[in-house]
Order: sequence, then structure tokens, then C-alpha cells
Amino acid sequence: MNQTVSLSETLGRGELIGGHRPWPRAVVTPEIWQELAIGLGKRVYTLLGLWGEPENVNLALFQEASGEIGVASLNCPDGGFPSLGHVCPPAQRLERALADLFGLQPLTGPDARPWLDHGRWPIRHPLGAAQTRSGPADPYPFLTAEGESLHQIPVGPVHAGIIEPGHFRFTANGETVVRLEERLGYVHKGIETLLRGATLDSAARLAGRVSGDSSVAYALAFARAVEAACGIAVPERALWLRALLAELERLANHFGDVGAVCNDAAFSLMQAHCAVLRERVLRASATCFGHRLLMDRIAPGGVTTDLPAEGQPLLHKLVVDLRRQFKPLIELYDNTASLQDRTVATGVLNSELARQFGAGGYVGRASGRNFDARRMPGYPPYDRLRFEVPVLSAGDVDARVWIRIHEVGQSLALIEEILDRLPSGPIRADLPPVCGPGEGMALVEGFRGDILVWLRLAADGAVERCHLRDPSWFQWPLLEAVIEGNIVADFPLCNKSFNCSYSGHDL
Amino acid sequence: MRKLLFQNLLRRTLTQAAPQPSQTALAELGERLKVTTRRRLGRSLSIREVDAGSCNGCELEIHALNNAYYDVERFGIRFVASPRHADVLLVTGPVTANMREALQRTYNATPDPKWVVAVGDCGRDGGVFCGSYACVGGVGEVIPVDLHIDGCPPTPEQLLEGLLALLAMQ
Repeated sequence: MNQTVSLSETLGRGELIGGHRPWPRAVVTPEIWQELAIGLGKRVYTLLGLWGEPENVNLALFQEASGEIGVASLNCPDGGFPSLGHVCPPAQRLERALADLFGLQPLTGPDARPWLDHGRWPIRHPLGAAQTRSGPADPYPFLTAEGESLHQIPVGPVHAGIIEPGHFRFTANGETVVRLEERLGYVHKGIETLLRGATLDSAARLAGRVSGDSSVAYALAFARAVEAACGIAVPERALWLRALLAELERLANHFGDVGAVCNDAAFSLMQAHCAVLRERVLRASATCFGHRLLMDRIAPGGVTTDLPAEGQPLLHKLVVDLRRQFKPLIELYDNTASLQDRTVATGVLNSELARQFGAGGYVGRASGRNFDARRMPGYPPYDRLRFEVPVLSAGDVDARVWIRIHEVGQSLALIEEILDRLPSGPIRADLPPVCGPGEGMALVEGFRGDILVWLRLAADGAVERCHLRDPSWFQWPLLEAVIEGNIVADFPLCNKSFNCSYSGHDL
Repeated sequence: MRKLLFQNLLRRTLTQAAPQPSQTALAELGERLKVTTRRRLGRSLSIREVDAGSCNGCELEIHALNNAYYDVERFGIRFVASPRHADVLLVTGPVTANMREALQRTYNATPDPKWVVAVGDCGRDGGVFCGSYACVGGVGEVIPVDLHIDGCPPTPEQLLEGLLALLAMQ
């Protein structure tokens, strides 16, 4: 394949679908699908998403060289599609999930085991041609590791801390991890089925509860996809308030994570201080917008809650205080040798894997992948705001902590700038009586990485199909890679430095 | 580090006054205790948190109970790593089908006397996820619940009010 061929040209040879915004979608032939697969294998494209519909599969791609994004759809008249998993490992779990939910089989895929379906739902293929389940599921075979003196450690789904459920199967040689295999899907709630036929209001509420820590980012991605599908222009003030909400969410999560990573290295002093900073952000959020986690503040058309007049000075003071209080904590992190001993050179993710998996957020940026959805593809008002995207190359726990520390600084500066330049005016556009029909897509930078939302609205304005892809899909598999050769006791540290979402992934 | 620790000695404490136990929680517990034996657990509670399918919003607020503002340990309430050490199971989420057995087994592993607190709107009846093929719909569908703390998610104050009611009933 000629590497100069752009994504849009390749898609243009298929049948372009009208009313898909803002990027093109085309129904492609199996030959074009194969070409795209080769492109994925050669890293011409980065995988953005892979999701099903009852009779076709959709593949979202990003071409880094040209900055192009597009969706290829392949009809599956025989109930299957050519697997991408061999050439593109990040597609493997998405394919397995797609097979569980729709019954569309990735043909000659590398892994035929189910993923989200644990054999406990009353039906099979809930989003495709649903069938009543007959009999219990087969036992789940874990991948093997062979050698002398190996033992297995099963962990979860119920973990020892206040965290989400998932199963980790370690194979270790003494203290050294030889293989980690994750089994997820425990918190699968069937959100995409609930979204089918939902009104915009209830769909927005659901989108905001895909992953509670990223409620703002999900609500924003959903709203932007609806607005793209219907061509709704959002008022200027609403755009800026959305960015304010998103940066508050990023701040709160990064404070929480920096503390929690240090706590997992048995340095609880940092946790105690960072938890206070996080709490201050949440309290300010509640005072200004009426909800500590800022749920349901963003809706299609704009935002639901305006920043009150007293909110501006309050947030200004908050930023000043946080900056002053965080500074000695950064020094503490930097100067505590016993802590650095745990985080430096632990859980190293090489840049090659980060690129191959299109790892977003601090996971990718700590391993040299310079990607931030606020920049590329970008969305307002970030095109008019000054901020830097920190990138490091070490790829260890320490680098992932430093990316967060730098991003805290950027978010604080962004909040100040947003407050200073916040335009006045309405906060929500009037939606047309019926939004739709149409197809929309959005890519939004949450605190842990880029969130993709794709949807199709029916002629009556209800959601016909909506897919939400969490950044964790491309980060969870990398956690398996980074823990290899580390000691079991460093797993919590590595895991927290990734802080992947179980709920966002399991959906 | 030394400077930071010294500063902490001089600084005013952040911890805020305890809220009153929630009246609705007291009423629900009173109702429940009429039919069960009144058990005394002492002035302390060991809590095992179980996420049975939450969106992780409730977990964030439960975590916040440990920060300096709420400092839940001053009431003798602490979070433990194993159900074997727990008096209370604090359960979140609409109970996904995939977590049902794990929740049941965690309950069975908790020694008597034990209490179950269902946290959040999902824990009551499935909340926004009600009606999905993948959700059982409410903690009470799987294990007996002694107390519900509503909210999406409940604030740390609301959580504390509910837990203090549990202590007050003993």
C-alpha cells in the first residue's frame, strides 16, 4: 500500500454516507477493509474505535500524518467480518466485545474467547439478534505460562480497596511477574442497549454515568456528537463554561491520582495532602455548579447551570490557593528518595507499544506519544486558549506522575484564562423540536485520555444507536505489558499510575 | 518533608464537626430492628466496600470519607480489606449479572452479626441502569439490605449521616 494515500481518498472509493458529521463515513468493500487493515498494521492509521451494529461493523481511524479522521463501515451479510486482531492487537478486545454484543464474528481472529459476556446474562447477543441463553457458559480458559517454579495468583473481582471489580490472573516466578492476564466485564451494565431508543435527555444522563470520574468528559463528548449530527451551534459562553467544567474535573482527578499513586508506594503523607486539594476542587464545583462531580451539567445545546457571579472570584482564589499548596507537595515528591525508589524505572511502557495501541492521556504522553484531543482534532474554545501538552519519554510510573503534575499546572492556568475571558450571553441553544435524523461523532479529552462517542439519531429524535469508547480500552492491555518482569508488590503502583476505568471499559 | 510536617503541627485542623445522624436512616433502621434481633457491635464499625457495578462515582465519594475534612476514622469507622474482618458491607451499583455471585459470596464470607448498606440510587433499585438485561436491579434483590443511602452519588455528608445512624442504633 502506498503510504501517501490519505484516509479520505481511501474512504472516498467506498460509498460515502451523507449526514455523518464532522468526519466522513463510508460503506467500504471487503477489499478496502483489507487495505485499511494493512494500513493499521503498518501504523499508517491509529485505531480510534471499532463497534458494531446489527448488520455491519464500523471502524474509526486516525491518520496521524494528515490529521484525518474517518469511519469505515463494512456490511456483514454472513454474520462475520475479517478480523483486524492479527495486524492490530488493540482491536482484539473490541472484536471480542463486538462478537458478544452483536453476534458478529471476527473471522479467523486471534482470540475466540468471549470478553464481556460471562455467561450470566439471560440473553446472548443483546444488541444483535438476541437469543435466550441455553445452559451455563463454558469455563473461561486463561492463557498459559510454562516453566519451572511458576505459580498463579488469582486476584478479584472483589479487590481489597475501595475500587472497581475486575479479575487479575498473575503467573509469577517467586516475586517476579511472568504474565498478567486481565479478565474484565464484571461491571457491564448494558448501557448501549439502554441508549437504544432513549430520548436525548435520558441518553445524556446515561452518558454522564459511563464512568463517574469522567462524567463531564462523557457528557461533553455525547453533547458534541448530538450537536454534530444536528448542526446545532452552541452559544459562546456555554463553550467556555464547558471547558471550565472539564478542567475542574481534570484537576480533581489528577490530585486524587498523584496522592493515590504515592499511597500505593506506602507514602501516605502525600495522599493525605492531595486528598485535601481534591476535596477543595469538589467543594468549589458544588458551590459554583451545584454538583460535586459535575454530573448532568453539560447537555446537548450547551450547559444546564450557569456560573453565578460569586463563582468567578471564588474560583480565582481556589486556583491561587491550589497552586500555592501544591508546590511544596511537588517538591516533596521530587525529593523523597524512598518514594522515587519505588516509582522510577517501575512499570515501563515503551513508546513503540504506546504508539501501536494509540494510548491516550498520561499513559501515552508519559511514553512519548504526543496526542491530546483538545489539540488534535481540537474543539472550541481550546483553539483560542494557551496551553502546553506535556510529553515525557521515560514511560515509567514516575513519568506518569509527572505528566499529571504538569497537567495540573496547565489546568490551573487554563481555568484562570477561562475565567478572565468568559464571554457573557446565553448558556444553551434552543434545540429544534426534533433533532435528527443524522449521524455525529466526537472525540473529547477526558482526564485519562480521549473519549470517542458515535451516534445515530432517528427521524423522531430518539437515539437509534450510540457507542461510547473509553480510553481504557487501549490502556488496559498495556498494563499487562508493563507489569511483566516487575515484582507482584509493584502491581498496585503500576495499576494506579494507569488508573484505567473498569466501568467505562465494561460499559 | 520536615518543613511540611512542622507546618501541619501549627495549622488549624481541617476536620469539620460531625453531622447529625440522618433521621430517615434512623427511621429505616428502627423499622428493620423491630423484626431482627438488636445486635451490639460496640462503638466501632469495620466496613468492606463492594462495587457491584457502579459507575465509580459512589466510590469516589466513599473515598472522600477518609480525607481530612470528614476523617471517618474518628468515629471508629474504618475500611477493611477483607469481608472476613467486616461488620458492614457497603454496596454500590445496580448489581450487574456478572457481579451477582461475587456479591453473594462476599456476603457469605462476612461473619455474623453483619449489616448491609446499599449506597446510591443504583443500589436502591438499579437507578438509571434499571431494566437492563445485564443488571439485577438493586442490592436488595441479592442480599438483605439494612439501610439505603440515596444520591447520585450521595455526598460524603450523606454517607456519614447514614453511617452515624447505624452507630447510633447500637
